[in-house]
Amino acid sequence: MEKIFSRTKSLRDIASHYCPGCGHGVAHRLVAEVIDELGIRERVIAVAPVGCAVIAYDYWDFDCSEAAHGRALAVATAIKRVRPDNIVFTYQGDGDLAAIGTNETIHAANRGENLTVVFINNAVYGMTGGQMAPTTLLGQKTATTPLGREVKYHGYPLKISELLAQLPAVKYAERTSLDSPQGVLKTKTAIKQAFENQINGIGFSLVEILSPCPTYWGLSPKAAMEWIKDDMVKEFPLGRIK
Amino acid sequence: MTGNEAIAQGAIDAGCRFYAGYPITPQNELPAYMAKFMPEAGGIFIQAESEIAAINMVFGASAAGERAMTSSSSPGISLKQEGISYIAGAELPAVIVNIMRGGPGLGNISPSQSDYFQATKGGGHGDYRLIVLAPASVQEAYDFMRDAFELADKYRNPAMILADGMLGQMMEPLQLSDNDNLKSENRKLKTKLWALTGCKGRKPNIVKSFFMREGDLEESNLLLQKKYKTIQDKEERCESLYLDDAQVVFVAYGTMSRIAKAAMNTLRGKGKKVGLIRPQTLWPFPKKIFHRRPHTAHRLRFLVVEMSYGQMLEDVELAVKGKAGVEFLGRSGGGVPTEEEIIKAVLRIKY
Repeated sequence: MEKIFSRTKSLRDIASHYCPGCGHGVAHRLVAEVIDELGIRERVIAVAPVGCAVIAYDYWDFDCSEAAHGRALAVATAIKRVRPDNIVFTYQGDGDLAAIGTNETIHAANRGENLTVVFINNAVYGMTGGQMAPTTLLGQKTATTPLGREVKYHGYPLKISELLAQLPAVKYAERTSLDSPQGVLKTKTAIKQAFENQINGIGFSLVEILSPCPTYWGLSPKAAMEWIKDDMVKEFPLGRIK
Repeated sequence: MTGNEAIAQGAIDAGCRFYAGYPITPQNELPAYMAKFMPEAGGIFIQAESEIAAINMVFGASAAGERAMTSSSSPGISLKQEGISYIAGAELPAVIVNIMRGGPGLGNISPSQSDYFQATKGGGHGDYRLIVLAPASVQEAYDFMRDAFELADKYRNPAMILADGMLGQMMEPLQLSDNDNLKSENRKLKTKLWALTGCKGRKPNIVKSFFMREGDLEESNLLLQKKYKTIQDKEERCESLYLDDAQVVFVAYGTMSRIAKAAMNTLRGKGKKVGLIRPQTLWPFPKKIFHRRPHTAHRLRFLVVEMSYGQMLEDVELAVKGKAGVEFLGRSGGGVPTEEEIIKAVLRIKY
């Protein structure tokens, strides 16, 4: 029988620690597939965040660095400057990239570092038990917004990708979603674009991926997908931002 | 050249090719020098958006195998502590320069030695140690940069240059290394097999300080402790003067040791038997020298002089273990003990 599908080389064959229905596993795989399709596995250096994806380096089979919470883009800036021929990317969650690391994010983008950013937006802090994230929706209940997020106390969900897109040195920003097979394919295309931009020296490129967190949304995996479609996309519209 | 500039040139001559920093007085001449001369040397200079970004850039550059450094002054060094802890945990070599100013808080910009605890006792979270070198002249500031990078690479450990604002701003004649062989030797970075270079022809490398599986962190920390023991045994360094006959021995480092040395010379001119221990490494603290001579010989006294209210004092007391008298003279917040004050303090000691 002909083998028509197999695990991509950059993805290790180990058990996942992610919750059932979590989007990280899909996103990890998409990144690995893109890297293998572009043939850059031996040139890649990844920077993993602090958050649910802290051990991304256990799943990926290429060089990886850890970074302190929020500092991935500072670490990646230096790696890329020291090794401009390598392909350097960060993989960060919403708390990492858009709360504790906002400063590093905005300034790496504003310097126009030739980096690829894979930004997972699941509207919640997963690793620490489902607290409010900068991207938590209004009305969304979390461990630290038991009555739901309210503008009066918590402000609005932070659209960091739209904010970054204002910067002249940001060359590419696109928002995609993992809520459907079509969404997964579009996400892969966007990730590929963001890596190709770096290979071609185009500059700072970011893909924001709306990703399900059934555990801390208090939903079944299927209902979580529906929630992205029905609620999250209204706040975070999909498509090319820049 | 000022001390700050000598440190920058010392780093470049030691093969450092990555600098990231954030403006803060009294060390601004250092990044300004780097901005001009690091690119000329083929290296990278980044003015970071924050102290925190700067130290994490050093983390990244070091993880990628480059000799990397940052510099700052006291409040800025406080901000870097998380990053320093990560660098120590991930066993990355790096050099951090602290040109100390007065604290706590915003304090002031006058010279101080009140970050001794922070530098030598950890500073950030977790069981880790920095190698801490304390230059006392512009020449030493230059020379110690090479030592700092060598030690950092040798032990895969962060090293700190702990100096004060006076040394940073002071101008003195300086003999630059004219040994081009040495310079190129410094550039030939020892093969860093752990560095992130892309996994071509080898298994992937991971740089991390995170050990989640039960027992892994303890095992990793025990390895760190073993390394620290080796450093403690092999790398302690100091200058000592007149220990053979001294009845009172000054203990001082950095700028403070120069004033103590002047007081020592004045007193010896008057027939007083005084000597000096000047630690050049603050961690590992040079404990052995305190036991070179039986303390009972002359009812030996140590007089610790610091620009703080007694921080190195605690390490001297630990080294002496109650077997000799330990006195203290210190000022802080911009106050610097004068030669006259030191002499008075000696004359007050009954022995």
